[in-house]
Parts: sequence; structure tokens; C-alpha cells
Amino acid sequence: MKDIKLVNNPYGDSKVIDACSIFGAMDTSGKRFSGVGVIKAIANMHLRGNGLGGGLAVYGLYPEYPEHYAFHIMYLSDQGKCETEAFLKDKFDVAFDETVPTRPIPAIVNPPLVRRYFLKVGKHNPEGQSEDDYVVERVMDINTKLCDSFVFSSGKNMGVFKGVGYPEEIGEYFRLEEYEGYLWTAHGRFPTNTPGWWGGAHPFSILDWTVVHNGEISSYGINKRYLEQFGYHCTMQTDTEVIAYAVDLLVRRHHLPIDVVADILAPPFWSEIQRLPAERQILLRTLRQVYGSLLLNGPFTVIIAHQGEMIGLTDRIRLRPLTVGTKDNMLYLSSEESAIRLICPDLDRAWIPVGGEPVVGNLAHPLMSQKVGAAGRTG
Amino acid sequence: MKTYLPPKFVVERDEERCIKCKVCTNQCTFDVQYYDADDDCVRSRSENCVGCHRCVTFCPTRAITVRKNPLQFRDNYNWSPEVIEDILKQAETGGVLLTGMGNDKDYPIYWDHLLLNASQVTNPSIDPLREPMELITYLGRKPDAVDIDPQLGRVRTPMAPQVRLDVPVMFSAMSYGAVSLHVQESLARAATEMGTLWNTGEGGLHPSLYKYGRNTIVQVASGRFGVEASYLHAGRVVEIKIGQGAKPGIGGHLPGEKVSAEVSMTRMIPKGTDALSPAPQHDIYSIEDLSQLIWALKEATNYTKPVSVKIAAVHNSAAIASGMVRAGADIIALDGVRGATGAAPKVIRDNVGIPIELALASVDSRLRQEGIRNRASIVIAGGIRNAGDVTKAIALGADAVYIGTAALVSLGCRVCQQCHTGKCAWGICTSDLALTKRINPDIGARRAANLLRGWSLEIKDILGGLGVNAIESLRGNRLHLRGVGLTDTELEILGVSMAGS
Repeated sequence: MKDIKLVNNPYGDSKVIDACSIFGAMDTSGKRFSGVGVIKAIANMHLRGNGLGGGLAVYGLYPEYPEHYAFHIMYLSDQGKCETEAFLKDKFDVAFDETVPTRPIPAIVNPPLVRRYFLKVGKHNPEGQSEDDYVVERVMDINTKLCDSFVFSSGKNMGVFKGVGYPEEIGEYFRLEEYEGYLWTAHGRFPTNTPGWWGGAHPFSILDWTVVHNGEISSYGINKRYLEQFGYHCTMQTDTEVIAYAVDLLVRRHHLPIDVVADILAPPFWSEIQRLPAERQILLRTLRQVYGSLLLNGPFTVIIAHQGEMIGLTDRIRLRPLTVGTKDNMLYLSSEESAIRLICPDLDRAWIPVGGEPVVGNLAHPLMSQKVGAAGRTG
Repeated sequence: MKTYLPPKFVVERDEERCIKCKVCTNQCTFDVQYYDADDDCVRSRSENCVGCHRCVTFCPTRAITVRKNPLQFRDNYNWSPEVIEDILKQAETGGVLLTGMGNDKDYPIYWDHLLLNASQVTNPSIDPLREPMELITYLGRKPDAVDIDPQLGRVRTPMAPQVRLDVPVMFSAMSYGAVSLHVQESLARAATEMGTLWNTGEGGLHPSLYKYGRNTIVQVASGRFGVEASYLHAGRVVEIKIGQGAKPGIGGHLPGEKVSAEVSMTRMIPKGTDALSPAPQHDIYSIEDLSQLIWALKEATNYTKPVSVKIAAVHNSAAIASGMVRAGADIIALDGVRGATGAAPKVIRDNVGIPIELALASVDSRLRQEGIRNRASIVIAGGIRNAGDVTKAIALGADAVYIGTAALVSLGCRVCQQCHTGKCAWGICTSDLALTKRINPDIGARRAANLLRGWSLEIKDILGGLGVNAIESLRGNRLHLRGVGLTDTELEILGVSMAGS
């Protein structure tokens, strides 16, 4: 059995610490666009990373296989590939698989093999278990039990490309200018206590959730212990993993809407809550009473994405930067405004959201259809 | 019988400073200081001195010094002076040795082996003088998940009663009779001012204190003193007392001399009769019996108040606590081996129970392993000395702490361990009306509130240093603790890593 910790966190620190640049772009009308602009934008924030991790997530990536779980898997050895492919054949119906095309460039040294698989659960999952839960468990199996294999992403019609290098180098290596998607997120990493490891780069993903994250969650210890009660095991020891699991728990298992999730992860202060209308006070008080252990405390900005939706969120006193830009149906989220302006100089609107206030882009509510033309929280 | 006990202290008086004002002779309740009219001077019977510092504090010319009696026994690790003196006392009385306050032995104090973290470089510390810093804590049972009406955005999950604390420090159970009414009034007013709770202990609630009911925990103990409908309705929380850290497995005995007219009324027993609390609750011989009492109290209070169950920290606390949560307890109160008392057999106080740090860590871990930690709040008691202890307790997993001794020290107590004598010179642990006047509730309330205010500022400083701005981000967050000087087993039970790792 492989111990992910030994790879991701070689010194056994209580968590992996890093700082970063993050960028997200979404066409809320669902129109797909290439990764050229996104890579140009994240490259503009080169100095926020140190070349030890970069990556991108793309949604609307595989319209030819919209209902298949698209697995991006990294292999460090042939044995790992053999074992995992046998495992996949045993546990899924494999519709198609191939090696992810790459372009050798000098900056990318000794890359692992990355392959993609389009999978259906079919009749493999036991009765009573949802397909999503089945997939989550198999991903955990591959990451923790099979040797030299690591799942980058496992959602439908989306994929994660990541590795050791600056994000623009990763983009060039994986030929991302050739892909199109309606939602892209990107991440440049500056880890302080881990050497570069391909699996440790962002975006972090489970099912079709991806998280790119800039920050350090000082509440990590209790967030992790809380999630353990619900069967989530934080094998990667990264803050980012905690965010992905928290969102999965709240949205998929507790059926809470995304604005409520934001109120849990970055709740208003008690002093603000007591100035709100009675009904809203009850809601927010209840959320803090029940989900206080999921409050993400400490500096962070995250871009959380899943099928059809992109959410930008900062900690409640906004200790890490986030700038929002909109242009027609496009929503941009970025660590720095300059990166947005570089690829879209004539924004309709650009602003810095209040700490803890989520910025949501959603295919169901394209920006152009909204009166105010803003994506901020309503009501 | 002549006593063979040597004096503990030597009381010295600087004759040049003494103005013979007799303040010390009036203040001393242990018959140490007296005025010798023949010689026109003030003298001391050192052998009676308990080291309470009442005379030292009130001497207007600072003429009095109290020193340890430099009497040397022959060195012997086994036969220490305390052991010898205890035998002498029993040889003279033939009874159980009684004592007051908490265990004073050198068992490990784990708080002193735990160190807190702080932010450097990779995350910013937060300045509590400039940023909000939240200590608000809600005690009570929480559901596993919140269900929200998607149309109306309203909470559909029914919530059990929750009690808000502005500072996660409450005053521990100290009954009327054990402490004076003025002490209770001081604590009740301080709790009200600071947005926290005080606890009646097992002696009922005096009519003059009903107005502080919103900040009161009413206790139901084995003697059921003062328990009736209006009493249960008056409190904010109802606490079933199973055990006490200073005397696990032992009941209580308030001697008839202390049962004055007022105590008699509050406890609802005849004046001058002994108030005996049986060792167990005689309707609780098992966990299902506890469940019945919990639900009976919830029924009696119309499901408007959380029910707390207080136990002494003993060997299998984790399993017991798990059962208590399943039996319906909304709050688990754990009282450690250093928990104090107004009177307990010394042999029990000094030898029974386990350190609260270990009990807390194992109970919190067990409830999490079983996925029921959200169903009850954990409150701990027993030797909490300062804001550092409070913060470490919360990081280990406590929702809030009780303080008893620290609260009494804020009123003047010097921990001289004479509570059981009823002669408390500070007027705290006594029902002598002449002595209880020594606590002025106006001043007492201010002193106790000041203590909580000081601690809450210090807790905020620590939180800010850790880079979090809400207490719930520290609660159970053991990654912010590191151990020093602990064995692997101790670290494992505490769930913390060794410093440097």
C-alpha cells in the first residue's frame, strides 16, 4: 500500500503550507473558449508562484463523452499503470482511454505518464449506493491503495491538468491551447514545506468539484476532525483537500445551496448577524451553531468550481486577494486585477468583493440576463 | 489530649510598626491574633495559623509577616511531614480526615506540558485590538445537519435549546451553605454582566437570586435540595450532578450548625438538621435510570432548557460520556481530579479520579469516533487557573470551562484549605453571618467580572496570534497544541504531537 503522505508531505508537517496565484474565467452563457487567454493571465502572475506547482481545470472539456466519468490519472511507474488499469476494468465499464497528448518542453523535467479514461459505473456499484459515492470510494482506493497512481480528476465533462512547473509551462506541456471549455480555473503555486510533486499541485479535485486555493487554513485541525466524523480522510494533508471535502459534504450530502455553503465556510461576524432581519438571524445563527467546526479560518481565497458553476470566496476578513471582473457573459476571478485586464481590457465592471461574500457565476443565470450585471450575492 | 502537631506557620509582628489597633485580632477567625490587655500588646498563637493572610492584608501598618515554620524533620522521602502530621491528627481524633479545596499533590498538570502555536510569515496573525475576535459559544445539542427550505430559505431542522456564552468560562457549582449567599450573589451578578452562567450547586436557589435566572445553572443532585418546579423553571440550564472531581463516588454532608433559617428555606429542609447528600442518586443505579431523569427534567421544563450531566473524571469516562450523550444529555460536564470542594475526605480528594486534561481528550476523541460529538457540548472543571488553561482546554476539545477556585480567589480566597471548618476568614466558605459580611456583593461582582474580562482579552490575544478570529476554529483543533516532556502514551491520549515535530 502506498502512503500518499510520504510523497506529498515528506517531513510529516501537520499540513502543507503554500501561497499562490489563482485565476478563473467562465462564460456564463456556456460558450466554450480556448485556454490561451487563461494561461496568458496566470502567466502574468508568475511571481506569485515558485515553479513548484501549476495546474488548470477545464469544464465542458469532453462534449463527446458528457455522461462518462472522465478520469485523469498520473502514473509514476509501469507497474502502477498495469495495476490501476486492471482495477478500472474490474470496477467500471471503460468506454475509451488514451494517453493525454503532451509537448516536450525544457522546463518540464521527468514528467509522469498521464492518461485519461472515460468510465461508466454501469452495474458495478452495490445496491443503495449512488454512482457518485461509488466513484469517490474508487478514487480513494486508487490514491491510497494502488502503487504509483494518482487521480487528478474524476468528474464528468471536465478535467484537471497539473504538474510541477509554472502554470504557463504546464499549459504548454499539455497543449491546452488546443482544448476548449466554458469554465477554466488556474493555479500557480508557492509551497513552503514540500518539494514539487505532480499530485500536490492544484486544482484539487473530487468528482467534478475542483478547488484552487491561495492561503493557509488555520482552522485546519478542527475542519479535518469534523470531516472525519463523516468518513472523509484527509490523506493529502492539504488545506485545499479540506475545502473540497467540506463542499462535497455540504452540497452533495446535506443538500445545501451554494450561498448557504459560503455562509458556513466564511460566516458573517456575530455582530453583523445581530443587525440582520430576524429570519436571516435564525438561519445564520443555526449555521454557525451546527457547522462552526467547518468555518475556514485564516487567510484564504478559493475558486471552487463544478459543472456549470464557479464560486469565488475569501475568508471573512479577506486576508488574501480576490478581484472580480465581468464583461458581457464572462466572469473573471483573479488574485490580481492586472491579470484580468491583460486579457480583457474593457471590462464592464471590476471590483473587490467584501470578505466572506461569495461571487457566483452560474450557467443557469447568465450574467447578461441579470439586471445589475453583477454576480454577487443577492438578498 | 495534648496535640503533637507542630505549627505550620510562624506569625511575626514588627513591634515598631504595630499600633495595637486590633484589626488583626478582629479579622483572624482561627484564634491566632489576640490582644494582651495586661501587657498592652498584640500577640499571636502561631500554632493556629492556617496561612490565610487575612491579618496580613488588613494590617494598616504592614506589621505582620507569616512565614512557613522552619521546623525541620529528618529527611525522608516516604515519611514526609504531611504524612506524619496526618497520622498525628488521626491518632488524636480517630476519624476521617477532612479537608477543603482541590487536590494539592504533585500529580502532573498537563496544561503545563502543552504549548500553543502562533502564526508566522505564511499566515498573518490577527490583531484583536483592530479586528473582531469572537468568543461566543453556544452550549446544547446540535443536529447532524441543517435542512433548509429551498424556497423560503428557512431552517426546517428543529433545534434543541441553545445557551449563549459571551465568554466560554462559567462559575462552577458551589452551593448556598457551602459558600455564603453573598458569594453566590457576587458570582450571579458577574455572570450576568459578562454574559455567562453561574451554577447553584446542590443547595437550591435563594429567592433573592431568582432574578439572575437567565444566567443560572440549577443543579439537581442526590439530595434534591431545593428542587421544585419554580427552581427548575428559574434556571437556564438544568444540571444533574452525578459526581464531583474532589470526591468521586462520595456524597456530601452539610452539618446542621450551618443550616440557618435562610439555608433551611433554600434547601427546603428543617433548620439545624444535617443536609445529607447520598453518594449515588438513589434513582440512578444505571444508565437507563439516568436517561429517565434527563427526560423527566426535560419534560418538566417543557424542552426549553438543555440538561447537563456532571460527572467526576474517572477511569472509563469516555465510555460513560458516550452513554450519557445517548441517554439524552445535552451537556457533558467533566470534573477532574483537581476539582475543589467545601469539604471532602482527604484520602478521597488526594487519591481518586484522573487529570481533567486526559479525561477531556479521551471523551472528545471518543464522541468524535462515534460521530456524536455534535450531540452534546463538553464543559470541563477542575483546577483551571488562567486564560492559558482555558485556551488549551478548548483546543483539546472543550466547549467551555467551569471555574470554582479561581472565582473564589478573585474574591479573596488564598486556598488555605480550611473550607470544611466553616471559619473562612475571607467570609467565602462559611455561613457565619458575621463573617459572610466580609464579602460585599458590589465589590465581589466587580472582582469576579474583572477576572472574566481579563481572561477573555487574553484568550482573544491568543486566538489572534494563532491567526483565527472565532473560538470555534480553535475548539478541538489539537494541531495548535504541542506537548513538552510527555511520553508517547500521554501524547497519544492527548492527541497532540511532540513540540518540534
